[in-house]
Amino acid sequence: RQDIIKMLVEAGSGHSAGPLGMADVFTALYFDILHHRPKQPDWPERDLVVLSNGHITPVRYAVMARAGYFPVSELMTLRKLGSRLQGHPERTKLPGLETTSGPLGSGLSQACGMALALRMDDQKRWVYCLMGDGELDEGNIWEAAMFGGKNKLNNLTAIIDRNNIQIDGPTEQVMPLEDLRAKWEAFGWHVQEIDGHNMQEIIDACYLAKAIENKPSLIIAHTIPGKGVGYMEYDYRWHGNPPGTQEIAGDPAKADQARVALHDLRTLGGRIEGEHE
Amino acid sequence: MSKKLNLNPKLYDKDVEQEPTRAGFGRGLLAAGKRDNRVVALCADLTVSTKMDLFAKEFPERFVEIGVAEQNLVTVASGMAHMGKVPFVSSYAAFSPGRNWEQIRTTICLNEANVKIVGSHAGVSVGPDGATHQMLEDIALMRVLPNMRVVVPCDAIEAEKATQTLAAIDGAAYLRLAREKTPIITTTATPFELGKAQIFRDGKDLTIVACGPMVYQALIAADQLAKVKIDVEVINCPVVKPLDWVAILASAKRTGAVMTVEEGQINGGLGGAVAELLGEHYPVPLIRVGMADRFGESGAPDELLEHFGLTAPHIVKHAHELVKRKGGND
Repeated sequence: RQDIIKMLVEAGSGHSAGPLGMADVFTALYFDILHHRPKQPDWPERDLVVLSNGHITPVRYAVMARAGYFPVSELMTLRKLGSRLQGHPERTKLPGLETTSGPLGSGLSQACGMALALRMDDQKRWVYCLMGDGELDEGNIWEAAMFGGKNKLNNLTAIIDRNNIQIDGPTEQVMPLEDLRAKWEAFGWHVQEIDGHNMQEIIDACYLAKAIENKPSLIIAHTIPGKGVGYMEYDYRWHGNPPGTQEIAGDPAKADQARVALHDLRTLGGRIEGEHE
Repeated sequence: MSKKLNLNPKLYDKDVEQEPTRAGFGRGLLAAGKRDNRVVALCADLTVSTKMDLFAKEFPERFVEIGVAEQNLVTVASGMAHMGKVPFVSSYAAFSPGRNWEQIRTTICLNEANVKIVGSHAGVSVGPDGATHQMLEDIALMRVLPNMRVVVPCDAIEAEKATQTLAAIDGAAYLRLAREKTPIITTTATPFELGKAQIFRDGKDLTIVACGPMVYQALIAADQLAKVKIDVEVINCPVVKPLDWVAILASAKRTGAVMTVEEGQINGGLGGAVAELLGEHYPVPLIRVGMADRFGESGAPDELLEHFGLTAPHIVKHAHELVKRKGGND
């Protein structure tokens, strides 16, 4: 999470809330669940991670760097000219990305296509697709949901970042999504709901998903947008802005936002004594 | 008529055989599927009318029914391509690439996915279904995308070859097909090469660059114009992108006047492509025949082609005008 804040501050633009909220899920994926080789990103037997809501890519970059895909120092090139770390992820730019995404709603169908092709070839690799909840407004998602259910793509696990916010406000005001579990179950998916910040729950849910036969799996990960940074948590206004870019009543002044955010993360919101810089 | 291209000797006969270009695609896809087991086919609930049924019957395990979901159609294909498949996706052009342009842009072109998009029932010749189903903007929509190739076969035989050629290359392509039967212009011995236009008929007074079944109308017009001593060069330009600018510029330099003929919007279509080329490199009098910033309507295919000025007599009229303009410029 500190990497995320540092790279966003350096970039001067980008999304804060979603990446912070999904840090635990990504960490679980890249440090426990995935079969992958960071030093050999095109390893033909690797599991596939499709990031549908490309705007939270800072968290993926941070976790990939820490996993060894590329130097951590490269994170500071985010969104800069010539960087492999594009503002929204591009497969052809950075080894280890499986798709190019940003425009919302098309990741799940790409993941479905991968899962189907792998099954045709009798390959045992697994496909993970990460989606935001706001992007569930997109019709393309539900086309893919039908397709996944029809084809019983049981080599596919989709994870929804259920943080309840999108750019214009709370998801249930912008375009209500509930009853989310019932909707996916009606489309033929096995659904689990977890605390997206509980490492054990994330890992258990991913392994349980692999044991489900005859259905694709969906994990609704309930997360806190802006997780770890007190003034950002739960606030949709921090969806698309990095620290230091906007004055919000009650939040630290612009000039202090980055420092406060990093302090919050280092001290777990002040709960750990003796912060060391 | 060009001898070395081995065109159909019965081309100018009244009883020239006819077949829709989509039928050639169906055969080409089947052949490609036999040659390469990476080829898969995906369809959005139009398997028979896009002629994907030949492939689907022979290779049911490599055929994917998507349902009426064109966004899903191209994105599932993108995912399959990433796993090494060579997907062909078909629907009516009005829906794919009509509806799913952004998915094509992001997940196929920017993502460099090896997906072939097949849009059937393009143009006003779809007929009675009316303007909603008469796709006219597809060439423009696809041509503007980086990494995309655009192919508009002039007859079923060329469509069959184009399909097999596209299956063999690594990269995105759009193949535009028509619903109606149209005359067979080429033979199996006529060459087809991506990025190459062909001079079907030599001439010195003006150049017609045409694509799709309109090539036949251009050839008929050229035949009639020869009788009044107007010598027309007819270029078949099935590959709108990458455009064979060498051939088109060379011809424009020889004749000094160019007409484009297509069954789609001239803005952004083949007419747009040729106008850009000539405007930048060799401006000559130009007339673009096609749909001029308007929609079609219901009617019989032949009626509509006549109504919208897409037949040989209209081309003849424009040719006279073009020759006159060319003279004025000399």
